[in-house]
Amino acid sequence: MIVALELQVPPRPEYIAVVRLVVSSLASGRRNLADERIDDLKLAVSEACTNAFEAHERAGVTEAVRVRVLEADERMEVEITDRGGGFDPDRLPLHPPVTDPSRLDFERGLGIPLIRTLVDLARFEPVERGTRLRMVVFGGPAGDGGDETVEILRAVLADEE
Amino acid sequence: MELGMEVDDTRPPHTVLAVTGEVDVYTAPRLREKLVELSSQGHKQVVVDLERVEFLDSTGLGVLVGGLKRLRSNDGDLALVCTQPRILKVFEITGLTKVFSISGSVDEALAG
Repeated sequence: MIVALELQVPPRPEYIAVVRLVVSSLASGRRNLADERIDDLKLAVSEACTNAFEAHERAGVTEAVRVRVLEADERMEVEITDRGGGFDPDRLPLHPPVTDPSRLDFERGLGIPLIRTLVDLARFEPVERGTRLRMVVFGGPAGDGGDETVEILRAVLADEE
Repeated sequence: MELGMEVDDTRPPHTVLAVTGEVDVYTAPRLREKLVELSSQGHKQVVVDLERVEFLDSTGLGVLVGGLKRLRSNDGDLALVCTQPRILKVFEITGLTKVFSISGSVDEALAG
């Protein structure tokens, strides 16, 4: 696994488009990653950065959010580390079902469920004064792996969780 | 990336808001302001055309949910126009396809 990129991003909304652009450019260099998966990763990164920036704002922290992109043959990993005080990802409030009229009272809170659906693996790790989110998508740069390898890797990693 | 918004109120009782660009935490406040403005001006049946939106994340979804709530509480409604798979996917994953009426074209939404 090599670190392909490391960014220190000021926690301000205007920087979010740049992070999406940089990560999706790197991802599009991987021949085994379909466009649809690049869109998924781009959306997950946007959600993760939004959460990180908002956590910094709530905590009154102006220091940068760290974004790292790591690459290996079969996977690409995006790591987003904030100093926004941390939270328990397993104790998020649940929304009412979409068929319930009171669902419309909730405009936020969709980011983390989206991240979990969009990437192959999402892990929230507590770090000093914050959270590190690791997001993994499988799909290598070379054309030799094929879908089968990716499926096996997904199964193995799902077991690990 | 700028968010483009164009209002067409020549097709009463509907008002069409065509959005272009990327809707995220940076640009979504402008979409929110526009929806609040339309609602407070008395526009009730609002159709938001997302066909030229290149990106939309949950911040954008939240603003649309808020707009729908505001309009409905005012006897109105907010419908969407969207055929792009990558944008539709965000609504599908979150189950919001069941909350919004989503049409394949502005004409279809107006007929709707």
